[in-house]
Amino acid sequence: MSILVDGNTRLLVQGITGSEGSFHTQRCIEYGTKVVAGVTPGKGGSQHLNVPVFNTVEKAVAETGANASLMFVPPPFAADGILEATDAGIPLVVCITEGIPVLDMVKVHRYLKGKSTRLVGPNCPGVMSPGKCKAGIMVGGIHLPGNVGVISRSGTLTYDVVSQLTGLRIGQSTCVGIGGDALPGSTFADILELFEADHDTRAVVLIGEIGSTMEQEAAEFINHKMTKPVVAFIAGSTAPPGKRMGHAGAIITGSAGKASEKIKALSQAGAIIAPNPAEVGLTTKKVLESL
Amino acid sequence: MKTAFAFLANVGSNPTPSASRKQGGKLKVHEYQAKAILAQYGVPVPRGKVASTPAEARDIATEIGSKVVIKAQVYAGGRGKAGGIKTVNSPEEAEKAAGQLIGARLVTHQTGPEGVPVSKVLVEEASDVARELYLSILVDGASRLPVMMASEAGGMEIEEVAQSAPEKIFRSDIDPAIGFQPFQGRQLAYGMNLDGGQVGEATRLMTNLYKLFIDKDCSLAEINPLVVTADEKLLALDAKLNFDDNALYRHKDVQELQDKEQEEPLEIQAHDWGINNYVKLDGDIGCMVNGAGLAMAVNDLIQYCGGRAANFLDIGTLNNTERVVNSFKIFTADPRIKAVLVNIFGGMARVDVIAKGIVEAYQQMNIPFPVVIRLAGTNLEEGQRILAESGISFIQAKDFYDVADKVVKAAKGVTE
Repeated sequence: MSILVDGNTRLLVQGITGSEGSFHTQRCIEYGTKVVAGVTPGKGGSQHLNVPVFNTVEKAVAETGANASLMFVPPPFAADGILEATDAGIPLVVCITEGIPVLDMVKVHRYLKGKSTRLVGPNCPGVMSPGKCKAGIMVGGIHLPGNVGVISRSGTLTYDVVSQLTGLRIGQSTCVGIGGDALPGSTFADILELFEADHDTRAVVLIGEIGSTMEQEAAEFINHKMTKPVVAFIAGSTAPPGKRMGHAGAIITGSAGKASEKIKALSQAGAIIAPNPAEVGLTTKKVLESL
Repeated sequence: MKTAFAFLANVGSNPTPSASRKQGGKLKVHEYQAKAILAQYGVPVPRGKVASTPAEARDIATEIGSKVVIKAQVYAGGRGKAGGIKTVNSPEEAEKAAGQLIGARLVTHQTGPEGVPVSKVLVEEASDVARELYLSILVDGASRLPVMMASEAGGMEIEEVAQSAPEKIFRSDIDPAIGFQPFQGRQLAYGMNLDGGQVGEATRLMTNLYKLFIDKDCSLAEINPLVVTADEKLLALDAKLNFDDNALYRHKDVQELQDKEQEEPLEIQAHDWGINNYVKLDGDIGCMVNGAGLAMAVNDLIQYCGGRAANFLDIGTLNNTERVVNSFKIFTADPRIKAVLVNIFGGMARVDVIAKGIVEAYQQMNIPFPVVIRLAGTNLEEGQRILAESGISFIQAKDFYDVADKVVKAAKGVTE
């Protein structure tokens, strides 16, 4: 098993005909992902990368039975794209787009309330269940099927951590990039809950960073509901307060946003903290050996 | 409505709901510009105008015709304690006070020792203040909604109030589908101990402030203090507006307000060269990394290995070599740099494009410091070939730890 995406995922790509959409859809197909439909308004009826293109998500879902959407829609139109996929009843929307206005996301979150759609992202590398399905932009070759779940707010730092794991022959059940934005669709706690329930996941690696209180919420979940071990690293220990470090969410807000506060909360909840970002793999190896 | 206690519970263990540094945006504007926007939206502000010369300040003071306040226009907070706000009794005194501020550099607890330049002052009618209140709107990451925060403890930083008297902070989540409602205004107004006609006045003010917040894609709208004057009127005595960078494409008017003099020169230069994610830090190791999380982790690892990063730089996704070359221009323009680290894990960014950019940088400029390079990911072999065939001199690193360790040694002049 795995979470969110697997061999039964029928992927739809919103923005499939754009340059990024094309490039990464091709790589998803090469990885073995079943890409069943694309959506670009105005290009319905055509084929792109041998995938049928539709004008609307509603039509694409009706004709192809797509059950997950991967979004490459540019920032000014991305929120509308998420709303459209939600309205079409797609259970999972993975939004890669970086730079969506915060108030657009406020509307999206309001609309998602009470709906069955789960949003991952925006501003994220996507979701990958090694050997089964790649719904995102992550490098395919570095992953290995296995039993460790990975959740991260970062893209490239996750690639590094995944290659550390794979280098130690530690495979992954699913790798989830929840994204670097201030208002992510899914939080650490949301994804931890899925990994806790997944029979094939034995341990979870959590890569957090400064800003927000999401790591503290994760700590609450770990403390009360998580039975599987969690290895954590928090990026940004050395970042100055008040400065935005690339990610929209990565600005230290009050003392709760500090790496030290997050590390304290996670550690008190029983998570094992990696001493530095280059030793997340080794730390995970030790944890697995002790199980 | 929830009281402050509920607010604290809502955001986990966060003891300080920071309004002044909330995530999601960074474009700031001056106080006089924020007040002009507030006035457009019907939020009452003191009579006043901005002056660029002492003579202008005198003329404005004459026009106002009473006691005035001269306020240095800088982005940094803590102006009052740093001598950046002066109350004067005559146009002559206004001219003198403006003369002391304009052209000087103001050092506050939020600036470095070098301070920030003052090129304008706001000349405002002095107000007779009976009470100082606090009002702000920001987007709360936990509730994912805009939240109006109000307190009767105005005039100090809200973080301090949250520590010392959290029961005095009231908040109300706003449903974006229906907007700010009058009942919320009444609850918050009574929470600030307003009464009589002030309740309706405060409700209208909050409704207008919310409209402004939404219309302009603010990340923060803060009025501190919101004062009750001796004649029982509400007035925004000081105000701060920050805007969501991601939404600036639909607010050209706001974009034009940015005062680049108030920002770090290297950051402005980087921005002008297409490197939007550059932050100057206080070390001596230049860093070029792809991805914000990886860039933060690299800086942490450099410190773990005993060094200090001179900057945070996320190169982003590249279609050409220009930003790589420009990053090296920034490093060579920064006299503090003793060594440079390049750590690229190609995903969206392709390693061969980065390698080409590095070679071009070596061809275009003299690189006076050692460069330690670690490449991984998309098109790695091609990237390594380009570097090897170029004949440029650099230190190769095999992994994440190695690149940090080697650059720290290189910066200290240790050769292996």
